Amino acid sequence: MTIRLSGIKKIYQIGDQTVAALDGIDLHIKKGEFSALMGPSGSGKSTLMNILGCLDRPTVGSYQLDGEEVAKLGDDELAVTRNKKIGFVFQNFNLLSRISAWENVALPLVYAGVPKKERLEKAAYFLDAVGLGSRRDHQPNELSGGQRQRVAIARALVNDPRIIMADEPTGNLDTKSSKEIMEIFRKLHENGKTIILVTHEPEIATYASRQLLVRDGKITRDEGQGVVMDVV
Amino acid sequence: MLFSESIRIAITALLANKLRSILTMLGIIIGVGAVIAMVSIGMGVRQQVQTSIASLGSNMLIVSPGSSSSGGIRGAAGSNVKLKLDDSDAIKNKIKNIDYVSPTVSSSYQVVNGNQNWNTTVQGVTPEFLLIRSLTVASGSFITNQDLTSRNRVAVIGKTVASNLFSDNPVGQNVRINNTPYKIIGVLESKGQSSVGQDQDDIVIIPLTTGQERLMGITYVKSINIQVSDPEKMDQVQSEIETLLRQRHRIISEKDDDFSVRNLTSLMETMTQTTTMITLLLGSVAAISLLVGGIGIMNIMMVSVTERTREIGIRKALGATFQNIMIQFLIESVVIGVIGGIIGIVFGCMAAMAISKFGGFTTVLTAAPIVLSFGFSVGIGLFFGIYPARKAALLDPIDALRYE
Repeated sequence: MTIRLSGIKKIYQIGDQTVAALDGIDLHIKKGEFSALMGPSGSGKSTLMNILGCLDRPTVGSYQLDGEEVAKLGDDELAVTRNKKIGFVFQNFNLLSRISAWENVALPLVYAGVPKKERLEKAAYFLDAVGLGSRRDHQPNELSGGQRQRVAIARALVNDPRIIMADEPTGNLDTKSSKEIMEIFRKLHENGKTIILVTHEPEIATYASRQLLVRDGKITRDEGQGVVMDVV
Repeated sequence: MLFSESIRIAITALLANKLRSILTMLGIIIGVGAVIAMVSIGMGVRQQVQTSIASLGSNMLIVSPGSSSSGGIRGAAGSNVKLKLDDSDAIKNKIKNIDYVSPTVSSSYQVVNGNQNWNTTVQGVTPEFLLIRSLTVASGSFITNQDLTSRNRVAVIGKTVASNLFSDNPVGQNVRINNTPYKIIGVLESKGQSSVGQDQDDIVIIPLTTGQERLMGITYVKSINIQVSDPEKMDQVQSEIETLLRQRHRIISEKDDDFSVRNLTSLMETMTQTTTMITLLLGSVAAISLLVGGIGIMNIMMVSVTERTREIGIRKALGATFQNIMIQFLIESVVIGVIGGIIGIVFGCMAAMAISKFGGFTTVLTAAPIVLSFGFSVGIGLFFGIYPARKAALLDPIDALRYE
């Protein structure tokens, strides 16, 4: 599973002005890499994240996900791609508040067409894996922030995607919970998942083996596995 | 995504806002209930009218004399004297598909018992009159063929006449008609008012021959009532009678009939048409409230979609397609329609029964309005759910996830 972006631009039309949120991104992420995407707000890193996560399409450029061109896919095809290949972890958890942790984790499997029994078995397995097996019948508002984020991670893992996209996963957590969550990501990386982490905290970014800096819609620094590569 | 899964999600969502769901359903409940109750009232009126017309005698043809004309001056309809008892016998013997033929004469007389007197219609009839008018004798007996051939002075009286002239049982007593005593041999069962407001119990019945020869001094009959055995054959029998009578009265082809044959089916049709109109009117007024209920569903679904923008965003990020979201919200609004419809049917049937029990109306519950209004309420749930569901399914996942 590799990610290959070339010449990606995202241009917004605001009034009669055109604004390029992304201005020519070339990026290659290998299978199993743990990358941190950093940059100040307004730099375009969220836009890049959305395109990487198949939530959005670039205006121009090519995005090959595992050899498949996804930049031109339709809405429903993108939805299927997200469902199969990408697991999301958000800053504000984004759990459904009315259903239990267990059902939240099982949700991606509903759209994957997995039968109910198998869904609940898998969901229970991943809840155990993040250490919340005993709390699976709790609703999200009965859980702490750290616990909610662990439910969200279990949800991201349940359909066995190769890529995990984490958008400021520790942004709403205290230091202790942040550490626990990042430990989980480190273990996932060790188990071979490709992880893309968006953060503005350098401390958190150190968990990743590769650091990318986005500024003004361009990647201005790419330090992979201790090797400094200036691409400016 | 499985269908049963979608229904479960929809019901969970509806249960999360119980009061709101119930209030939305209320529109549908009232609509469906009103349609069922209103139509049952309309059908009740229709049934009542039909029974009262049938009580006049079903499948009836009435032959009456045409107008007389002497020296270019035309008399009133029925003043013609050419319709005879022989005509009636000829119809009975020569025309098929006939159950009964009942010729009558009638006139108004002052009837007297002791110091009581009463003005009423005296009808001279044959024994078939009892059957053709679906009359029953409450006490005593009816006129027989023996009475007819002997021209006996006997009478059968209606309830109104009996109560106005007698304080005890009138059977066996005498009543004077035109100063001649008639022996009362029977009293009729009360039939009440006819559909045109005439008291059907204000009547004195005597043998036809007695009436013609002893009371009125005439040789013709005022009308011949004919009961046709098969309602499908009404028109055929009617034209056969017309041909037969023209032949018997020697009317040459270019001249008009000197009699007229009428039937009650046209009256029945008019009344049925009128009551169908009433039913439709009541039903459509009620259907408007069903439509308003549907707009209520749409309104609440719009609110629901806006409220759950974030949920939609999450579901889409996790892989829900346009169709998944569309179906989820459509099923939610259809479920409102289905549950509202079912409760509405229960309420509507209860209302219809309560109206007939306490309100004094006859109500008739039939399957058609129940099935129709249920189908309509489900359809309304579907129709008014499409726009909000589409709006939900078209949401951009990024915008939806950002929505606060």
